[in-house]
Amino acid sequence: MRITMTVDGTSYTDDVEPRTLLVQHLRENLGKVGTVIGCDTSNCGACTVHLNGRSVKSCSVLAVQADGAEITTIEGLERDGQPHPVQQAFHENHALQCGFCTPGMIMQSIDLLGDTPDPSEEQVREGLEGNLCRCTGYQNIVKAVRAAAGELGAKR
Amino acid sequence: MTETVDRELGKARTRKEDARLISGRTRWTDNITLPGMLHMAILRSPVARAGIGKIDTDQARASSGVVAVFTGADLAAEQGSLPCAWPITEDQKSPNAPSIADTTVNFAGEAVAVVVARSAAEARDAVDLIDVDYEDLPVVLDLETAAGDEEVIYPELGTNCSANWVFDSAQAGSGGDVEDAIRDADVVVRRKFRQQRLIPAFMEPRSVLVDPTGPQTTMYSATQVPHILRLMLAMSLGVPEHKIRVIAPDVGGGFGGKLQVTPEEFLTFLIGRRLGKPVKYTETRTESLLAAHHGRDQIQRLTLAARGDGTITGLKVELLADMGACLRLVTPGVPILGAFMFNAIYKIPAYHFSCTNVFTNKVPTDAYRGAGRPEATFGIERMMDELAVEIGVDPLEIREKNWIKHEEFPYTTVSTLTYDSGNYEAATARATELFGYPELRAEQARRRENGDPVQLGIGVSTFTEMCGLAPSRVLGSLNYSAGGWEHAEVRMLPTGKVEVVTGSSPHGQGHDTAWSQIVADRLGVPFEDVEVLHGDTQISQRGMDTYGSRSLVVGGIALVKALDKVIEKARPIAAHLLEAAEDDLEFTAGSFGVRGTGAAGVTIADIALAVFAAHDLPDGAEPNLDSEASYDPENFSFPHGTHLCATEVDTETGAVRIRSYVCVDDIGKVVNPLIAEGQVHGGLAQGIAQALYEEAVHDEFGTLTTASLADYLVPSAMDLPRFTTDMTETPATSNPLGVKGVGEAGTIASTPAVVNAVLDAVRQFGVRDIEMPCTPQRVWQAIQGGSK
Ligand code: FES
Ligand code: FES
Repeated sequence: MRITMTVDGTSYTDDVEPRTLLVQHLRENLGKVGTVIGCDTSNCGACTVHLNGRSVKSCSVLAVQADGAEITTIEGLERDGQPHPVQQAFHENHALQCGFCTPGMIMQSIDLLGDTPDPSEEQVREGLEGNLCRCTGYQNIVKAVRAAAGELGAKR
Repeated sequence: MTETVDRELGKARTRKEDARLISGRTRWTDNITLPGMLHMAILRSPVARAGIGKIDTDQARASSGVVAVFTGADLAAEQGSLPCAWPITEDQKSPNAPSIADTTVNFAGEAVAVVVARSAAEARDAVDLIDVDYEDLPVVLDLETAAGDEEVIYPELGTNCSANWVFDSAQAGSGGDVEDAIRDADVVVRRKFRQQRLIPAFMEPRSVLVDPTGPQTTMYSATQVPHILRLMLAMSLGVPEHKIRVIAPDVGGGFGGKLQVTPEEFLTFLIGRRLGKPVKYTETRTESLLAAHHGRDQIQRLTLAARGDGTITGLKVELLADMGACLRLVTPGVPILGAFMFNAIYKIPAYHFSCTNVFTNKVPTDAYRGAGRPEATFGIERMMDELAVEIGVDPLEIREKNWIKHEEFPYTTVSTLTYDSGNYEAATARATELFGYPELRAEQARRRENGDPVQLGIGVSTFTEMCGLAPSRVLGSLNYSAGGWEHAEVRMLPTGKVEVVTGSSPHGQGHDTAWSQIVADRLGVPFEDVEVLHGDTQISQRGMDTYGSRSLVVGGIALVKALDKVIEKARPIAAHLLEAAEDDLEFTAGSFGVRGTGAAGVTIADIALAVFAAHDLPDGAEPNLDSEASYDPENFSFPHGTHLCATEVDTETGAVRIRSYVCVDDIGKVVNPLIAEGQVHGGLAQGIAQALYEEAVHDEFGTLTTASLADYLVPSAMDLPRFTTDMTETPATSNPLGVKGVGEAGTIASTPAVVNAVLDAVRQFGVRDIEMPCTPQRVWQAIQGGSK
């Protein structure tokens, strides 16, 4: 099937098998390997991207379902060479160790802050429940998201 | 003499590694694509034990894009046996450990056939077309039953018992006879604990890519141990070592789970070489949970003897350890590492340890964060609480009565290790203060009195661990096949920038940052001017890799030694350039100057450029400053800490909530507090997960029923509390940085703290033990069963 989607600002038209997952399309056809795969049951959230502005687990969406969509991945967050405030907050608060969960965690955190601009600790934990991290114990991730909330709030 | 200024050590530097990782500019093995690359998929046995009959691969071979199909028979001549580097006894029994099963399968998930195809999807499609006749054999799953040899898995071995390893303090001359101690004791506490089987569950599934097209066969692998892997490929498969290059690119966590030489690596290597094309294999999460090695899995029988006042007089430990179906890299040694840690921080006059390693039809066990030491720490810290209850004193008091006092260091323990330093008093004082120990005890009493449906429990764990693995002589005495040294190289570039090569291979620990801090301090160059290289045997030829909280304690010291050599190499050149005597020079903050003059000297960068030009060097001077050093530690290091956990247990539902968790760790000198604290957090998460959530469960047929992240409960952010962490600092005296290691501390300490807290909440109902993980169901049942 022929599909067209915009990923991180670039438009791509490709023929894909109907069974191809969005995450496979991103990684294997478009070279967007910044988005990663951590499971095969939609449990880990490592593959999270934004589809038309909302976070989705890209392993639970077929590429053909994203026909015509606008996708943002971890690779498309920087503006003018500057990291997104959530990326920056992850760095400053040591919210990553191996970094494998990080792309998904950051994409989900941005979505979370869109809904809840000033989340409590509990709300951050709830909002990230579908994203697993094996390295950090989550404490610094929660801290980073709340720090980014402050940063983004100050900008508004 | 050399003076350094501590500008960097101890500073909470944010990490150099992050810039790439937060922006998706990553090099996970699965991201790498090579020209002409083929993909491999593996057919895995659905049964735990069977003879292999006919394997029909015709349909698979004819399937679209399929280049080749291999079975065990096709690779029998060259696959050899997967290596085990730790034969713990002379007469250890070990079955053949093929990468791909040939005549029988011995655990569910074992490789049975392999498809190589143009795409990963085509390879997986074709795997589904292979038909295998399995001739079922009786499965051996239960550890105690297996040890009884009712059904023997490998008839040629004659038993399911691989080895029996014993330490006895009376025989070793390090203590008394434990049977005497038990006979003469006022109080004897006997308990049986179970260490459930766990899965390391690193977030990046394992991936391996083999490129046979260059002069060397290159293997990219998501491994913790590129150096060991290269050596083992050479020794086990007969390919000359110099014809192999191993690269560990970005690696997404390991926790011991990637401290392995795997069937998947061997298969990809053999098949890539046979086909003459790059071949990649990336496992699915299900395969990862099924076939990557598991951890823990022991039954512990403990006997603690004490006087009426709570003074310990002896400890006897009898273990059964589940090896799984065969011995992998360090499988048999894992429980043995625990042998030295059951005595923990306590003065125990008599000690006996025995362990029987047993085969079952499950995936092999091997290192998982802490490896042997969490099991031991759990055993002794649970027993200390039991003793406290028996005697009727506070669990902190019983510990204090028995621990090694600050002024007694260095102290040689009953299991013969010499602890160089420690201050259990200080860590405990700080932890109880942060925790609000008396206040929580008061609240607990109130709730008990009022019959509150939600009861409060307080758990204590005062742990130590041996890390910085390891003095090579000690490893030799334990029959481990390799040494425990580490290697570092320093390259001074002409512009004054520095490249550092380390033999320890990180996968999330932040070596680039911490090593840069050490270099910046020692050489007086800016932190930003240091690049840290690792994980490629062509760049880093020598190394022992990353595990056992060894990177900083061994690799960091190797780096310090190499840096000191750079300075000593630069000194005569500085003297020449300054027209001064070498003895009059001092090296401070990156510059050589004449002592006492205060005059401007030459910087190490100036000298790096001067040696590059080499126009004006003293006679005989080598025109570079590059240096390298290997360092073999003289002793282990012994981090310790006091962990306190308060749980709320809903007695009506059995649900456990961690109300507060406080830990004060003593890891000696801290190079980077941000990274150290992060290691503690992550460790706590894994230890708490063992206490409350995780377990690899098999059904009666040996099928892993927790083969997805929906069933194997890696905790989410909702499942974990906020931790309160702090540190005391008692420097190690056995190394020049005073560091002790931190990677495993949280995992080792937290499991018993949490379980002790759960029990403390429900002990009033007559509950003496709850098996891990302490799920609501188990807790509820224990309350029902134990009450009145
Ligand atoms: S890869 Fe998508 S949720 Fe795990
Ligand atoms: S940083 Fe490693 S899994 Fe989250």
